[in-house]
Amino acid sequence: MILATLNDTSYLVLSAMVFCIGAFGVLIRRNPLVMLMCVELMLNAVNLTFVTFGRMLNDISGQVIVFFVLVVAAAEVVVGLGIIVAIARRRPGATADDVSLLRG
Amino acid sequence: MVDWGVFIVCAVIVLSGSIGVVISRNPVHSALSLVATLFGVAVLFLEQDAQLLAAVQVIVYTGAIVVLILFVIMLLGVDQEEDLGEEPLVGQRILAGIGVAALLASLLLVIIGVAHHGLTGKPSSSAALSKTQTNVAQLGHSIFTTWIFPFEITAGLLTIAVIGAVVMARRPDSYEPLPEPEPMTDRPEEEQAELVDAEEAGS
Amino acid sequence: MVSLVWLIPALPLLGFVILLLLGPRLGEPASGWLATAMVGAAFVVSLIAFIGLHSRAAHTYTHTYFTWISVGRFQVDFGVLFDPLSSAMILFITGVGALIHLYSIGYMHGDSRYPRFFLYMNLFVFSMLVLVLGDNLLLTFLGWEGVGVCSYFLISFWFEKPANATAGKKAFITNRVGDWGFMVGIFITWFTYGSITYTHFLPVSQSAATTAATFISVMLLIGAVGKSAQIPLYIWLPDAMAGPTPVSALIHAATMVTAGVYLMVRINPVLHAASPWVTTMIAWLGVGTALLAATIAIAQTDIKKVLAYSTISQLGYMFLAVGSGGYWAAIFHMITHAFFKALLFLGAGSVIHGMHDEQDMRRMGALRKLMPITAGTFIVAWLAISGVPPFSGFWSKDEILTYALHKSPALYVVGLFTALLTAFYMSRLVYRIFFGDARWTDPIPGEDPAEERPEVHPHESPWTMTVPLVILAFFAAVAGFINLPFSGSTKWLEDWLSPVTGRYGAELTYSNATIIVLLTISTIVALGGIGLAYLVYLRKRIPAEPFEPELFAKGWYYDIAISDFMGGPGRKMADGLAWFDRTVIDGAVNGIGSAFRGSGNVVRRVQNGYVRTYALGMTIGAVALLVYIFTRVQY
Repeated sequence: MILATLNDTSYLVLSAMVFCIGAFGVLIRRNPLVMLMCVELMLNAVNLTFVTFGRMLNDISGQVIVFFVLVVAAAEVVVGLGIIVAIARRRPGATADDVSLLRG
Repeated sequence: MVDWGVFIVCAVIVLSGSIGVVISRNPVHSALSLVATLFGVAVLFLEQDAQLLAAVQVIVYTGAIVVLILFVIMLLGVDQEEDLGEEPLVGQRILAGIGVAALLASLLLVIIGVAHHGLTGKPSSSAALSKTQTNVAQLGHSIFTTWIFPFEITAGLLTIAVIGAVVMARRPDSYEPLPEPEPMTDRPEEEQAELVDAEEAGS
Repeated sequence: MVSLVWLIPALPLLGFVILLLLGPRLGEPASGWLATAMVGAAFVVSLIAFIGLHSRAAHTYTHTYFTWISVGRFQVDFGVLFDPLSSAMILFITGVGALIHLYSIGYMHGDSRYPRFFLYMNLFVFSMLVLVLGDNLLLTFLGWEGVGVCSYFLISFWFEKPANATAGKKAFITNRVGDWGFMVGIFITWFTYGSITYTHFLPVSQSAATTAATFISVMLLIGAVGKSAQIPLYIWLPDAMAGPTPVSALIHAATMVTAGVYLMVRINPVLHAASPWVTTMIAWLGVGTALLAATIAIAQTDIKKVLAYSTISQLGYMFLAVGSGGYWAAIFHMITHAFFKALLFLGAGSVIHGMHDEQDMRRMGALRKLMPITAGTFIVAWLAISGVPPFSGFWSKDEILTYALHKSPALYVVGLFTALLTAFYMSRLVYRIFFGDARWTDPIPGEDPAEERPEVHPHESPWTMTVPLVILAFFAAVAGFINLPFSGSTKWLEDWLSPVTGRYGAELTYSNATIIVLLTISTIVALGGIGLAYLVYLRKRIPAEPFEPELFAKGWYYDIAISDFMGGPGRKMADGLAWFDRTVIDGAVNGIGSAFRGSGNVVRRVQNGYVRTYALGMTIGAVALLVYIFTRVQY
């Protein structure tokens, strides 16, 4: 069905799949940088969805939202990397499982 | 027809890139796979007549963010390879697989609903995609009139993020400052260093 | 003059406060004189108030001093109900009380805690006056508890000996069992009548349902049984003899134990509204107690124990009167009993004092020449209690027996037989103490015969002790004349009390001839008892053993049975309850805590600190949310 004709649902299906792959990556990987990259995957999938819906609804706001998502993603990466560097300086080779002091 | 072909190719690139990000053992490989994915998405943006976004995606996302990530990977050592074989948390993989599969199923359900019954939203009248203006102009017009407030706040957010990153990644202050060297002129003559002409000494 | 009635309890209270603050400073004997003066002044004020009341038309004076409790519909005030009944009672309470205080000045001489004794005595008199003058059940209960507490303090006054402390506790705890009944009675009274003030509920007492009135009567009776030492709660009174003798005289003869009778007389309209079996039960309870106590008294060797059981027996007579509808007769006997019983106890105290703390009658004898005043007054009291005319006990006891006959001939016969026993054991007491041979150093069965006993020189007591004896003897002799049953004009007490007791009391319709016959029978019985004792104990014609069997000496094993039960199964029950409290109740409370702690320990494992687990949780939550929304969305 998807391959038969190109319509908007194809884009949506694609972005859904990318989102789920990214989610899976976050849950599975332990290297913090790879986890960050998987989060970026998820954000990209969302961007694609927004643009698609913007076109389906004939609205420029979809693209405006993507614009802001881009900016915020950049800021988030900056801060996230700062954290990773701060942690890795203290403990070289730290994975996401090693920062588990906030436990009950 | 061309659209369809472009879409298929880009879809393949995007999917293989994202799978590559998740599966690669080496983080650098993950970063490169991510670049592939981002490029694919940029082309898809172009397909959807979002030219500015495609450009921004490439420049900002691929050009800045992924590069930044690569810098940090290099800084922290490339040979840190994660052992993908073992999983310390019990049941994490199984539950993650189930959860994500369920998530995909739900999303697909929504999409099928959209396909069958149409979108629930109303096509916009005030912010309709313009046939006359360029995408850049329309986007700029929209941002600087309707969405000016979020724009300014986002600018503030960026500033804060930068400051935060600088503060966090600073070297700790635990190093003692070096003691001020005593001026040579106060020392007794015997201990003073001899002033030697470098050129003379060198030759 | 009547408005001075508030002074009557206030004066002993003032004495209590002064002694509390300055007692040790005043020391001996000033604290004693102060206490006596307070009670004596209270007596004088009582007389004045009484005269004032007598001159009033309605013979009733009520006054509310201040509101004590006001909660919703429940209102209790500190008020006084000064009517014929309470005026009669305060006269003998303060009068006899003042005499006993005077006596105690000499009796307690040399005691290390002398001021404290008078402190407690004054507090006691205050509580008793509140009990009698209060215009509602709660004030009566306040006084009731007050006298119970003072009784505890005074019985265990010499608490250095554990037996005395135990006796005090026994008295208090046994009273408490009765107090439960009293409290329930107060609650039900409030629910039934909407008020616990006497002037509110007594006039409308007949409007209550019979079951309610019965319940109130029975509950208040339980309280009275505890305080006035009837079956089954009399066990504390003999043990209470461990206290100093003036305490026994004041509390356990004249005043506290009569509080139960006072309560019954006060609520007599409610008794009338109750089922008829209630009063019958009271009558039989009273006469049964009288008989039981009399049989036990025959076999006692401690002179104070004899008097204790005698008190129980006479209280039984008062309850018999209450049950038979002769409410004023109960009060009459209460008054005469106060005089002769206080006299008997004080006299016994004088004997004990003179015999250097010897209390066993087997080591007394031939004391009448050496202690003439004590002997003379004791003999007057003996004749009064035995019911020999013209002494006071004869008249009051006969009134009771007349009412008993009116209620049921069986009651009369038992009552008469008990009168015979009373005369018998009292004569036995008198003969063994004052007549016969001097047996002061005789061995007692069960003691080591070769043991050295110190020389005994009995002597008469000082004037502070003998003057009260003489005054009491005078009243014991003539008090009977406040009510002679012959014609209307001599029935002074009955007329005086008729506003309180006349309406629901029994109506006697015996002719004067019948009354004279009854009087004669009583006299013959009394003289018969005295004569029989004479033959047994003085003439030694009849052996004494059959009259003093082990059963009587051991009190029909009742007290022993209770002790054994409480020590054995009672203890086990208490242990069981403690176990229940510890394991089930505390276990439940602690268990809830542990359950929470345990479940918390289990649940806290969700927070393992791993970010990926949290991310997984988020994913599952998101999926759940989506699924939920799908169920709500219509396609």
